[in-house]
Amino acid sequence: MRTVLDFLTNTRGRKRLTYSDLLTYLYLMLGTLLMFGPVVWLVLSSFKSQTEILSFPPRLLPYRQETMAVEGYDEPLALYNVTFDDGTTRQLAQVRRVGIEAQMVDPANPTEVIRVNINQRAPLEYIYFGLENYEEGITSFDFLLYLWNSVIVTFFATILTLLINSMAAFALSKYQFRGRDTIMFMTIGTLMVPLSVILIPVFLVITRIGWNNNLLGVIIPAAATPTGVFLLRQYMLTIPDELIDSARIDGASEWRIYLQIILPLARPALAVLAIFSIMWRWNDFLWPLIVLSRSELFTLQIGLRTFQGELNVEWNLVLAMTVLTLLPITLVFAFLQKYITSGIATTGMK
Amino acid sequence: MAPSARASDRRTHRPGFSLRTLFSPITWLLSLVYDGIVNVVDFIMHPLQNVLGVRRMAYIFVLPNLLIFAIFILLPMILNFYYAFTGGTNLFPEDRPYVGMENLNTLFTCGNFLDPNTCRADIFWRALINTGGYVVSQVTLTILLSLISALALNKGLIGRGFFRSAFFYPVLLSPVVVALIWKWILQQDGLFNALIVSLGGDRQPFLLSAQWAQAWVVVISVWAQMGFYTLILLAGLQAIPGELYEAASIDGASPWQSFRSITLPMLMPTMFVVIVLSIIRAVQIFDQVFAFTGGGPGTATTYMVQYIYSVGFSNQQNQYGLASAASLVMAFALLLLTAVQLWLGRRNEAT
Repeated sequence: MRTVLDFLTNTRGRKRLTYSDLLTYLYLMLGTLLMFGPVVWLVLSSFKSQTEILSFPPRLLPYRQETMAVEGYDEPLALYNVTFDDGTTRQLAQVRRVGIEAQMVDPANPTEVIRVNINQRAPLEYIYFGLENYEEGITSFDFLLYLWNSVIVTFFATILTLLINSMAAFALSKYQFRGRDTIMFMTIGTLMVPLSVILIPVFLVITRIGWNNNLLGVIIPAAATPTGVFLLRQYMLTIPDELIDSARIDGASEWRIYLQIILPLARPALAVLAIFSIMWRWNDFLWPLIVLSRSELFTLQIGLRTFQGELNVEWNLVLAMTVLTLLPITLVFAFLQKYITSGIATTGMK
Repeated sequence: MAPSARASDRRTHRPGFSLRTLFSPITWLLSLVYDGIVNVVDFIMHPLQNVLGVRRMAYIFVLPNLLIFAIFILLPMILNFYYAFTGGTNLFPEDRPYVGMENLNTLFTCGNFLDPNTCRADIFWRALINTGGYVVSQVTLTILLSLISALALNKGLIGRGFFRSAFFYPVLLSPVVVALIWKWILQQDGLFNALIVSLGGDRQPFLLSAQWAQAWVVVISVWAQMGFYTLILLAGLQAIPGELYEAASIDGASPWQSFRSITLPMLMPTMFVVIVLSIIRAVQIFDQVFAFTGGGPGTATTYMVQYIYSVGFSNQQNQYGLASAASLVMAFALLLLTAVQLWLGRRNEAT
């Protein structure tokens, strides 16, 4: 018994679990419950039938009522356990309900109708993860199209951001040229300027170019991120200049140096910027909302919000589509969580 | 820290099946493609370099970023002033009449600045006050909970990696998804009301009462964002050398004493970054609330960005001048906040 206790309370062979360690575990577990709980609740709810969605109080798991085909009735009838006044219970099928009275039949003897108070019957149910909400949702919510638009925007915006930010960061960290300090000053100065502060003039520029209702209008404007330039420049400053000098002596052009020395060495910082860019673009809402008004161009976020607004409270479909929307990013996170969290932790603070 | 790092080293060197061997043909192919691109770019750019010289190539490198930056950030920043001082509902600058201070006057005409009902732009003032309250409560709660979580994760307990990921997960969810998840939980027949009823309470109109809605907007954005700041604070905690704590404990310092005189001062630079980032983020609150309450009930959860959005774009209002003037106010507030923080940070470093 003592050895079991010792084993349970030993952490990595160091010392016993202390009181504060237990408290910490309690906190972490409570935190985990709070972080995952709402999402788990959403997923479980998305499998419930429409009637169950509307019932109060809600239950944890999705249930379906047991039904049975009864002779003399076209539709399968719902099964109930009925408790009679004398204490006996029988399994009966419900034909119809009138007020507080239910008309029921015994499946073995379908001709005799038994009248029962509805409080005496309990539905016979089984756990069932139904996909109707997903099927019905997909017919009215163009999930695949929105997904495609989101992927296009996220992919090309991230590639573009990585490319132009790293080029600028290379120039700003490894060259002496006139105007460098001005550019650096402007970059740092606009680190704190969010798009929401210059919404109307950017909208004008987009309209002048003719990028209203064009995915380019979503992709291009936010590509020159000051954050990205700053982050990559700080990282590239740590790459020794001697590497570049010796490559020049070997006859490499500046572009070859950038593509074959700087970019591979800056991979950790590029990875962090890529994570950030994917998160920004995938979740972006305000700007696509303004630029895109034709529904065939909607990204997932805009589509989901519009869908929810149109249906108002057809919750069963909204829930299913919300699950589909959070699924891609959850899968990516499940596989790459170690890299994402450690990447942001190491470089995100610079 | 050290033992776990060694364990992961061993894991990557284990022979046999791994993702890396699975993808090795693909990475090989990609590297071939990449080499091809390098050669093509080199072929085009080398002559250019011969003409311009090595040093001027820097301009080529900054050009694309600078161009997009100038067109979509710098130019709009200047144009914003133009919009703020012109009126009408036309988007194109040449069709907009100059109105001078009228937009700013509209925003700032108030009988009593503490009572939005006496203002000409009453919703603007409600939004301003709402945003102020939101920023203070959201940032305080986020920092406090992130710090506690980072300290808990920093204890090096078994399963730390899992807990770290669990706390980070909501950060990845989009604001719309976060809003819908919580709307579902908080609705009249939702999970929380079921819990309250089962404990013998009355159902609460979480989304229909102004106070509840404001409180829940804060709670859900703390829920969605704290993982990010936890991660950054955790990195800050791990950068504190362990010898300091050993020395302190040899000197007989209590855990509380070493927290106050080692952890907190050493964590200040990271804390500073976290405070700046979270305030800037909080001032811009929009998308989550837009999908969560739509600004309501009434104007209880209408914040600055939503005001700008609705005046400028929704309901065919197209009052671009007013929206731009409100943007200027917000930009000024951000500037002021950043300046104050920089000043505090400097002073903190100096002492």
